[in-house]
Amino acid sequence: MADYLLSIMTFFPLLGILVLLFIPRDNGGLLKGFTLVVSLATFAISLPLAFDNVFTTSGGMHYREFYEWINIGNFFQMNYNLGVDGISLWLVMLTTFIVPITVLSTWNAVDKNIKGFMAMLLLLETGMLGAFISLDLFLFYIFWELMLIPMYFLIGIWGGKNRIYAAVKFFIYTAVGSLLMLVAIIFVYYYAVQSGAPMNGFGIQELYKLDLPYNAQFWLFLAFGFSFAIKVPMFPLHTWLPDAHTEAPTAGSVILAAVMLKMGTYGYVRFAMPLFPDALPTFIPYLAFLSVVGIIYGSLVAMMQDDIKKLVAYSSVAHLGFVMLGVFAMNLQGLAGGMIQMVNHGISTGALFLIVGFLYERRHTRLITEFGGVATKMPIFATIFMIITFSSIGLPGTNGFVGEFLALMGAFQSSLRWYAVFATSGVILAAVYMLWVYQRVMFGKVTNPENEKLKDLSAREIIIMLPLLLFVFWIGVAPNTFLSKMNPAMEQILVQMNDKKVAVVEVQQPVVANVLEIKSIVD
Amino acid sequence: MENLVQEAIQNVNLQAIMPSLVLSGLAMVLLMISVFSKRGSTTHVAWLSIVALVITGLVTLTGWNNPQAGFAGSVLFDNFATFFSMICIVAAALTILMSDDYLRREGYPVSEYYPLILFTTAGAMWMASGTDLMTIFLGLEVLSVSLYVLAGFFRNQTRSNEAGLKYFFLGAFSTGFLLYGVALLYGVTGTTKIDGIAAYVQANPDTALNTMFIAGGLLLLVGFLFKIAAAPFHMWTPDVYQGAPTPITAFMSAGPKAAAFAALMRVTIIGLDGLQSELTSLFWLLAVLTMTIGNFVALSQKDLKRMLAYSSISHAGYALVGLVAWNAIGLSAILFYMLVYTFMNLGAFAVLILIGKKGEDNLTLDGVAGLGYKKPILGIVLTIFLFSLMGLPPTAGFTGKFYIFAGAIEAGYIWLAILGVMNSAVSLYYYLRVIVQMYFRDPEEDFNWVTINVPTAISIAVSVVGVLYLGLFPNSLMNLAKMAGF
Repeated sequence: MADYLLSIMTFFPLLGILVLLFIPRDNGGLLKGFTLVVSLATFAISLPLAFDNVFTTSGGMHYREFYEWINIGNFFQMNYNLGVDGISLWLVMLTTFIVPITVLSTWNAVDKNIKGFMAMLLLLETGMLGAFISLDLFLFYIFWELMLIPMYFLIGIWGGKNRIYAAVKFFIYTAVGSLLMLVAIIFVYYYAVQSGAPMNGFGIQELYKLDLPYNAQFWLFLAFGFSFAIKVPMFPLHTWLPDAHTEAPTAGSVILAAVMLKMGTYGYVRFAMPLFPDALPTFIPYLAFLSVVGIIYGSLVAMMQDDIKKLVAYSSVAHLGFVMLGVFAMNLQGLAGGMIQMVNHGISTGALFLIVGFLYERRHTRLITEFGGVATKMPIFATIFMIITFSSIGLPGTNGFVGEFLALMGAFQSSLRWYAVFATSGVILAAVYMLWVYQRVMFGKVTNPENEKLKDLSAREIIIMLPLLLFVFWIGVAPNTFLSKMNPAMEQILVQMNDKKVAVVEVQQPVVANVLEIKSIVD
Repeated sequence: MENLVQEAIQNVNLQAIMPSLVLSGLAMVLLMISVFSKRGSTTHVAWLSIVALVITGLVTLTGWNNPQAGFAGSVLFDNFATFFSMICIVAAALTILMSDDYLRREGYPVSEYYPLILFTTAGAMWMASGTDLMTIFLGLEVLSVSLYVLAGFFRNQTRSNEAGLKYFFLGAFSTGFLLYGVALLYGVTGTTKIDGIAAYVQANPDTALNTMFIAGGLLLLVGFLFKIAAAPFHMWTPDVYQGAPTPITAFMSAGPKAAAFAALMRVTIIGLDGLQSELTSLFWLLAVLTMTIGNFVALSQKDLKRMLAYSSISHAGYALVGLVAWNAIGLSAILFYMLVYTFMNLGAFAVLILIGKKGEDNLTLDGVAGLGYKKPILGIVLTIFLFSLMGLPPTAGFTGKFYIFAGAIEAGYIWLAILGVMNSAVSLYYYLRVIVQMYFRDPEEDFNWVTINVPTAISIAVSVVGVLYLGLFPNSLMNLAKMAGF
């Protein structure tokens, strides 16, 4: 089983869809229940990864699966090439973890065409998992595009009033970026072929070693980076995000925020940066600048929103700015902060979208002015909301603190010092907009009679939130559980980036020699 | 002259024209059957045409890896011809399958329709196997004349008449150009054989400066570019595609277009190989123009047939990118793409045929509102075809485009590839609009006039399987396409 774990995990949701097709369409409870079982099973399948200690000792790829897929003589070769390392590990876990939660969140929220909704959710899970574990650029591209289609339908069919505009905008933004990346992927491939470098299809591990001229790296990084920047999203390519988030159903927003945005940041760490390290020094100042702009701009715009969901959406822009800044610091702290912040953002922003969903299901509005004094009516909800708010702000003891602290510390220790100074103001701004919205929604007197009838969270809703709260504190108090499994892989990626190019970075920690050893293809 | 005739007679090799011979023969038998069968019953002729195509297909396949030259080198039935012939046969079969019910609905159950499709296919096969400009011309004429009739087949419908007439007049002109070009080339080179022309170009390095040769070559190209609907020779396409009976529209966009590509490829790559650098810059421009015009004009179309007509122009542009690449990958990619395009476009048209009312006035964007809910299976398959036309994985439209752009990039045409993918991005918008209508809008109609008949269902099923299978496992077909290249 361990030999095929990644394949089973990735395609199990797809199998679930096949069964789902035979469940009668009007039996909503069964459809939701079955999807929940499938997604929980997928989570169970992925669990051994989280407990595998091999990640603490070796930064290479594990659980490798390799089959030749398309081989057209001297034209091209694409392989079914999977593997997971410390960098993708927690993103994979986050995905399998968050999907059952979103399924649970749809229990009362989705009543239109449930079968289609569940099928799209499961298809999305396959796409996301596949993208995180693909080691072949071509395969990655296929999963990457595959994610697009279900999300487009989730927004377009089950979304809010402006859903069509939001769905089409989301689709076109993302697709334009990925099409440019496609050209870059093909170019890298033929460059490698023509330079006679050893290759393994579009396998990234071989392409990492490719010696591209600076000029080519410049354009390739631009193409990859553009595509990932749209997905992150980085200022000024973020405009699709508030629309998509606001119009998407709660489950869609949660997945979008928790996992899909991470595709962009993951793409930088896995592909754009280690593949084209020579171009990095040219781009990092600009990218870091845009990250900082994103942090401040996102926070300021979030502050001014009167729709809670839009506020959370803009806060995502700011949070992802921290992730990017940490990654671009190119040292261990920064990268670790960025990586852990990806998971954190998945948990806390996912939770925030669920919270907005709870309110929306009760009141069918998300306008802040419609609420006030909710805490008196919903004490359990108030507590959970408070904890998540702290986590989002980055209060010590919660996960947000660990991520932002590490990311900023990394940035301070690198050449991005001054960027970090400005970015730190984002932490304060986050406190402003989060606490302010909390205050306006939860505290005070109940002014709107509609709010008198609010019921506190049901058992199902509490069950949805509990695992998220658990990780808020777990990562906050004992981040080492997670960091220790990421470290070797991050060190290796840093070495790869630094090995080939001018040093922008001073690596703080001694790098274990054996991380350079690339593991043989079949373990 | 006498020598030539003798040479030709000695060189008779029926094997080289056996597929088209069989097909023409069977088509004539079918014509006779139609004469003696009762007016209004066409189903048996439809199925007999399918049988004829299957037989032809089997005969054609015997030519694989078994090249047959004949008639003093004016016909060469090689892998290349086999591949393109098979594309045309598949296109014809899918078209016939979706036609029977349609003809009855529209009130023209006339069985001559089917033999005409078979003649078109036979002509297409001559074009694909012709190594002499005259053979190609002959094939082109057989193909065109049958298509003129088919385009205007609904003789009481103004739109269909318009389509037939427009196609005829413009087509006649373009054929005239082509013939003029052949004549001029003959005047310069003294031969109409493609390899003879190639030898002349080889021997005379200054051919590129020879005005008569250039004029002849360009006129010849105009003839082909007209048939593949490349800009700026695309003007006829929207009106003809919109007015012609829908299955014929589908057929025209796949089979005859593939045949024209086959002839174009043979003439340019074999015959004009010496002029590669001049031709590629010309094709570069044409490809960009064709993609861009097709996609941008499609953006504003509300009529689905017309939208697909413009989309078909843009797809011809993508295929031209493969020709610009002028390398093994690009050329095999064209072959691959032509078959893929046959599946996805014919599939999309087949769905449209099913959901159309008599007269097809409801085939507009608004007309498909809510289709995904009322007819879920049709909705899903049309969505798959549209995603394939957009070029999204895991459909064959993606693999096809990938190979084409890979060919261009391998040959160093990176800007062309970028313009190509940007065009794909533009095309997303108008294909998505159909999906938006099908799924994101509430149904206004109940679509209860839609009945699914078996033959059309078969053609849709074959297309879906083709699109998905070639998307996930393109290996085998691409290897065949590679063997079929020059």
